[in-house]
Amino acid sequence: MTLPVLQVRNLSHDFGGLRAVRGYNLEIGSGQIRGLIGPNGAGKTTIFNLITGIYKPSEGEIFLGGKKIDGLPPHRIASLGVSRTFQNLLLWRHMTVLEHVKMARYSKIRYGWLGAFFGTSARHREEAGIEETALHLLDRMGIRHLADQVVLNLPYGAQRRVEIARALATEPGILLLDEPTAGMNPEELAQIMEIIRRVHGEFGMSILLIEHRMKVVMELCETVQTLDFGAVIAEGTPGEIQNNPRVIDAYLGRERAE
Amino acid sequence: MAGNLWKPYSRVPLLGWFFGALVAVTLERLAGAPLAQFLGLQKIPVLFGFSDMLKTPVSIPNVLLYLLAVYVVPAAAVTRLGASPANGIAAALYRFPMAVTAAVHLALLYAVLHVWAGASDYRVLVLRLTLIAVMLTLSLNVINGYMGEFSCSHPGFMALGAYCASVLTIGLFVDAELFGAASLSPALGRFLFPVALVLGGLLASFGGLFVAIPSFRTRGDYLAIISLAFLFIVKSLIENLEFVRGPRGLSGQPDWADLPTVFLWTVLCVWSVNNFVRSTIGKALNAVRDNEMAADAMTVDTRKTKIAAFLFGAFWAGVAGGLFAHVMRYVNPGNFGIQNLAEVLAMVYFGGLNSVYGSIVGAVSISLLGEALRPLEIFKWIIIPLLLILVMIFRPTGLIAFRDLDVASLLKPKANPGEGG
Repeated sequence: MTLPVLQVRNLSHDFGGLRAVRGYNLEIGSGQIRGLIGPNGAGKTTIFNLITGIYKPSEGEIFLGGKKIDGLPPHRIASLGVSRTFQNLLLWRHMTVLEHVKMARYSKIRYGWLGAFFGTSARHREEAGIEETALHLLDRMGIRHLADQVVLNLPYGAQRRVEIARALATEPGILLLDEPTAGMNPEELAQIMEIIRRVHGEFGMSILLIEHRMKVVMELCETVQTLDFGAVIAEGTPGEIQNNPRVIDAYLGRERAE
Repeated sequence: MAGNLWKPYSRVPLLGWFFGALVAVTLERLAGAPLAQFLGLQKIPVLFGFSDMLKTPVSIPNVLLYLLAVYVVPAAAVTRLGASPANGIAAALYRFPMAVTAAVHLALLYAVLHVWAGASDYRVLVLRLTLIAVMLTLSLNVINGYMGEFSCSHPGFMALGAYCASVLTIGLFVDAELFGAASLSPALGRFLFPVALVLGGLLASFGGLFVAIPSFRTRGDYLAIISLAFLFIVKSLIENLEFVRGPRGLSGQPDWADLPTVFLWTVLCVWSVNNFVRSTIGKALNAVRDNEMAADAMTVDTRKTKIAAFLFGAFWAGVAGGLFAHVMRYVNPGNFGIQNLAEVLAMVYFGGLNSVYGSIVGAVSISLLGEALRPLEIFKWIIIPLLLILVMIFRPTGLIAFRDLDVASLLKPKANPGEGG
């Protein structure tokens, strides 16, 4: 059996006296798409922030391809192969689309400070390579024609694509998508689902997806975890989750009258 | 109408403008003095006639006539008529490696400045101080503009560089009462002067660490206060160091910071800063400024980036300080206080954040304005701040903000020599 891409063991996190995540476990194999659902404040984004190193876990361990990554600084974890998008689009407002994607190649740059200050020929060669990779990714995301636009001027759906292209440029082993469809109209929703399918299919990417829309989770995910008050209350295929009474209770709401 | 007049000029390459300027300044050297006499001016207007016009308003028409006859008309005519050959030369130059093309342009620019400044010592002084201001503004823009941290410690970095370079040159090459007889021949000093400047820059970089490290955890107002504290620490440290004569200041620096030296260092500074901020490593500064969490998540080492920005900015501030000390040939701690800080900050924010062009424009315009409005005395400090307020209202990020300086496209011929005309 091959090692799981990402393995989380017994992860817990406290904010002061509040236990935001308790005893969370996860194993994602290569090329799997897993969903993470739950009501607002259930701790979904906190789990993302723990995996990517923004918070240090109070308890538990995180392994990426067998290597322990909890406690490392975020940029180290990112360059080891955990990439993500953010719920509320954290783009760099003065930078162009192309610059966004090039920036995500930061940890791969070899020309160093001297190359940066003195513009050596090694640097020019490497920058050209970075640009080529970046343009290729933009092509795959269907936004190459926007390469020189400043991100602030783009429509929402395009900004989401920039974020995904940027996340892929780090060459991750696993991609964490935090509510990629939030605030989208049906047309944009269909497009972004197509993009996620493509990322999964063409790049063979393992994906962990936080999502609020059941439709998206049902269509994309192989298995789904449901989180409530920081703990997993149900795990299974989308179909099983949909019919699980505890999930309906906590998340989908009590439909049946008592 | 104005558009039609301007139209032919839009196809003039940079080289053509330099030719025009060179002809104008040469004309002034040859015929400026007699012309000034003819127009009833005491001497040629040193700084584009501003001070003459402010001192004796009656002379305004004559000064304007002088400016028109010496600068505007010849430069405009040569630029216009020479556009086509200039494009030809520019196209020929463009086929050489970029370094050669850039060197030719720089040599021409230096020739213009040299001929212009040659008319009076005052011009040479103003020009050198302006070039130093460009270096300071640009290095501060790396921290305040590109990285978006409000740092107030720049005069402190400058002081470190100025004192370090001064102590080295006075101590080693000058028979001074302070450090005893010269231990090395002054003839050697000319060549070791750059070493002294670089060491001054490195000391300033070291000082930069004391602001960079707190910047890991704080930003905004708090970092501004920390960096301001650093400025005061440096200032009072120097005031209390007896071996550099404390508040009385250091004097007797050898006269090595002449116009070509200052020009070369400024070019080096602009070149390296421009290289840095256009590389992906340098763009990481922008990523840290616009969203640090996203930068971290995209593999950018934000701490290393912050340290690099502070050390790099401080280095050039230190070199500028060293040059400043050798231009004035006297420094005291009072040179590097709040007043100086306000001036550099004004240049950065006036010219434009996150922009090499902006820094150059800001530094040159505020320096020249400061000199030109000198006859107004105290009112100068009403007019310049007023201008700043206007700029902040109409262009909150400065005159030329967020613009990349692309050397290749700047030096490009503007039309095919065949169809130009």
